[in-house]
Amino acid sequence: MSYISLSDRDKKEMLARLGLSSMKELFTSIPDSIKLNRDLNIPDSKTESELVSHFKDIADRNMDQNYLSFLGAGAYPHVIPSVVDYLASRGEFVSPYTPYQPEVSQGTLQIIFEFQTLLCQLTGMDIANASLYDGASGAAEAVLMAHRLKRKSKVLLAGLIHPQYKEVIHTYTRNLGIRIEEVGFSSDGFVNDADLQKKIDAETSVVITQSPNFVGVIEDLESISKTAHANGALSAVVISEPVSLGLLDSPGNLGADIVTGEAQSFGIPQSFGGPFLGFMACSKEFIRQFPGRIAGETVDVEGKRGFVLTLSTREQHIRRERATSNICTNQALCALRATIFLETIGKEGIRELAWHNVQKANYALEECVKISGIEKKFSGAFFNEFVLEFGKPVEDVNIYLKEQGITGGLDLEKFYPELKNCVLFCVTEIHSKENIDRLVRTLKEALNS
Amino acid sequence: MYPEEYHYTKDHEWIKVENDEVVVGITDFAQKQLGDVVYVELPQVGAVFEFHQSLGVIESVKAVSDIYSPLSGEVIAINEELDGSPEMVNEDPHGKGWIIRLKLRDETEIEKLMSVSDYERFLEGLED
Amino acid sequence: MIREPLIFEISDEGKRAYALPKLDIPEKKDVLQDVRTRKDIEGFPQVSEIEIVRHFTRLSQTNFCIDIGFYPLGSCTMKYNPKINEKIASFPGFSHSHPFSPEELVQGNLEILKTTEELLSEITGMDAFTLQPSAGAQGELVGMMLIRAYLEEKGDPRKIVLIPDSAHGTNPSSAHLSGYRVQEIKSNEQGTVDVEDLVRAMNDDVAALMITNPNTLGIFESDIKKICAIVHEKSGFVYMDGANMNALLGECRPGDMDVDVIHLNLHKTFSTPHGGGGPGSGPVGVKKVLDPYLPIPVIERRKDSSLYFNLDRPKSIGRVQSFYGNFLVVVKALAYILSLGPNGLKEVAEIAVLNANYLRKSLEGEYHLKYKTPTLHECVFSDKFQKEHGVQNIDIAKRLIDFGVHPPTMSFPLIVHGALMIEPTETESKKDLDLFIEAMKRISKEAQENPEVLKEAPHTSYMRRLDETKAARESVLRWRPEEKEAPQNKE
Repeated sequence: MSYISLSDRDKKEMLARLGLSSMKELFTSIPDSIKLNRDLNIPDSKTESELVSHFKDIADRNMDQNYLSFLGAGAYPHVIPSVVDYLASRGEFVSPYTPYQPEVSQGTLQIIFEFQTLLCQLTGMDIANASLYDGASGAAEAVLMAHRLKRKSKVLLAGLIHPQYKEVIHTYTRNLGIRIEEVGFSSDGFVNDADLQKKIDAETSVVITQSPNFVGVIEDLESISKTAHANGALSAVVISEPVSLGLLDSPGNLGADIVTGEAQSFGIPQSFGGPFLGFMACSKEFIRQFPGRIAGETVDVEGKRGFVLTLSTREQHIRRERATSNICTNQALCALRATIFLETIGKEGIRELAWHNVQKANYALEECVKISGIEKKFSGAFFNEFVLEFGKPVEDVNIYLKEQGITGGLDLEKFYPELKNCVLFCVTEIHSKENIDRLVRTLKEALNS
Repeated sequence: MYPEEYHYTKDHEWIKVENDEVVVGITDFAQKQLGDVVYVELPQVGAVFEFHQSLGVIESVKAVSDIYSPLSGEVIAINEELDGSPEMVNEDPHGKGWIIRLKLRDETEIEKLMSVSDYERFLEGLED
Repeated sequence: MIREPLIFEISDEGKRAYALPKLDIPEKKDVLQDVRTRKDIEGFPQVSEIEIVRHFTRLSQTNFCIDIGFYPLGSCTMKYNPKINEKIASFPGFSHSHPFSPEELVQGNLEILKTTEELLSEITGMDAFTLQPSAGAQGELVGMMLIRAYLEEKGDPRKIVLIPDSAHGTNPSSAHLSGYRVQEIKSNEQGTVDVEDLVRAMNDDVAALMITNPNTLGIFESDIKKICAIVHEKSGFVYMDGANMNALLGECRPGDMDVDVIHLNLHKTFSTPHGGGGPGSGPVGVKKVLDPYLPIPVIERRKDSSLYFNLDRPKSIGRVQSFYGNFLVVVKALAYILSLGPNGLKEVAEIAVLNANYLRKSLEGEYHLKYKTPTLHECVFSDKFQKEHGVQNIDIAKRLIDFGVHPPTMSFPLIVHGALMIEPTETESKKDLDLFIEAMKRISKEAQENPEVLKEAPHTSYMRRLDETKAARESVLRWRPEEKEAPQNKE
């Protein structure tokens, strides 16, 4: 294939205009000593139909698409209304860039403004940005923001933040003189309050907590935020499953200063982990230290309401090394999908969606714990994920499940060595009673074999 | 245009001396260069600054500029009205758009500043 | 044209656009009784499906985009996004794949990632790639962290990163986030790195030079080998910002220039859509010496030829993404590379450079060109001639909108005041280039004869010029319920 639009005559004419006789002469500023002077050693070009069959073959080697899956842990299977794909694939959304020229980018800008509003409504915060890369970088940006605001040396991370988010926080902060300490978790699956009280001190910038946490348990954010504030620290909350916000009280209402997380659940397929959709919201007083693009309302010269990117002096293209973040793009197309999703699902729908998740997950848990050799690991109330403890290694059970066409839960031991034989299951509205009953039947066979 | 009794810096700040205190703002030239000012980040009252230390930031829609302390001293007042009305820096840069009031540590530093004629000559040299 | 209200303004109680099936399990009312739950979210939208479809369709019609017209946004490489790549990325085998699915069930995905790494290594002459960074800026951060990790292990991370004054703003920002102080290197009169200034600045405290090649003026840094040697002599590293790699495809390779680290932008050079500002993808390529520090996981091949994620990399800087990068963006880029092949990629560079030079030649004289050095895929004019009539680059840009063209880049390079950075890309036709040239010439004439028409532009767009000062001063960043009645819903 080729996507060039010049005819042979065009090329000739244009070269002649430049006083050149060959394409080669266009590159005389590149010294011969570093010219490649051979063809790139890559496969020959393919036509559209060859390309399709090539990639079909590769996609078919992903056997997981034929399995019944109960994996969550930061990437959730949810319904995606058909309008999402239909509208989000419009060229007017897919093929522009950042709305630098607001007069010809009102669609993108108004959608960002609506996205910001929806995220504020869900999180209970004053302001939200146009999105960040993903939940992990969002969590890292929240730590950096809190550090800029408080200028203290220590950050406290709840142990049950998504382990891969924690790793990214460590990567982002490794060269900045920020000390990170982890707060342990209690036997019922919450932040260990005694450990938090012990570790928090006047040098703590922020306490960062995930809810529902990595093992699915809904944290007591109000109590954690109070502890943070009593010690002069900020409270930052990570949400990896934002469908929960349809039902659970908003972090803003529970004392959070910064809320960040992953919004893949809102209309974005699991996509083998990306592109996803990081988000961030905070109290208005912190706006000068807020990272990422923001759209704001204004008027044009005729007084008509319109939207522009605003407060950009925080950003790298103006403040350079003193910017609030090095982020340049956002995940606009993913934010568009989330906006379409949320506006389609709507006020009743978001509540109902959350309720179905809680109901299905609770049903699944109750059916599973009837099996001998399976125990519920944590007693705390959960949203759509829960941990089971098996009477035998998770790997053995998962091998059996796989033979029966089911990808089981996530083996937690590789993230938390103390959680031996423990497995994280995710059940959402997409799982029918029949799906859940099949899992339960198969688990019973696996445990009793 | 530029008040005779003020002193000036190459960073385009003006300084009005009142005994051992000075009022500091940015010049008309500076506000024009910046364009519409949308935010002024001010220091806390009581903060102490060395000569030429950054004491705040002034932001327009598409530019950020440091405000440098033209003299060493302690901040004894800030123009709190700029928080709600940053446009005063554009509308009345040499008056209502003042930024901070400093109590001087060393009055002899004033001698290092430019007079109005020096400043006007300095501005002429900038035009290319 | 109908002015589209905010969705919140057309929302009303009881309207729905989606329904879930009835719960097929016994409902338990008391499951969350110990937890703080919320009431309905005040102001959350309630609309019908047709309202959703019209809302977004109408909003889409107010956007300019590549599919509509010429989009010469310099440095951003707004080339055509092939539609087949979108189709391939939407195959359920890719899009429905869970990142924690057992490796043996996602061998196709791992093959995609591994193949792309290998092809990018060949295209750039580097030894290894990571596809984790979500965008160019995150790639820069990763690249600088790799350098720092290496130097730290050798005993001294050093303190300074040198960056030319023509660089994109993410460069200094990323260096800063890696714990470095930024020191600027001047450009010389040719618009390239001043080698003398570099020699003076280079010492044992300098960790790296970040250089963009071709640079943001579109000029190839012909001294690149010498520049690398100067940095290497003091045991520093050369980081190349590969945002402009599209100009070099098949012609020369950063690896052969002795560059140590490079990032690419798949959404520029490799045609993946910009999506209104992301998702992008910013793979990072390194020479062997930095390989051990690459982010985890790293994809490796077992003896039986199956692929797996290797987490056992003790020197790694760690993880930089929730999972493995913007996977579906990588799928599209791979489809692009495979569809073009070696000759097609080389042609991309050739035609991109031909188109850019044709524009430059046609507009030189009409618009001021600060640097006369030959350029590759883009060129940077300025508003110097038009300023004599009180017309600035922004006025020229806004007037272009009236001619159906997207304005060029104006925010950088900072070394050209009133910059107009123009990058046509290889996919434009001569007819569209000629229309642009005509528009630019007419605007130049208008600047002399009727500057007011430029200052008031655009005249024909959905919105006229917007008040950015008001937006920043008032900071209305979200809709609130009490503002339910919109001031002007219709014209």
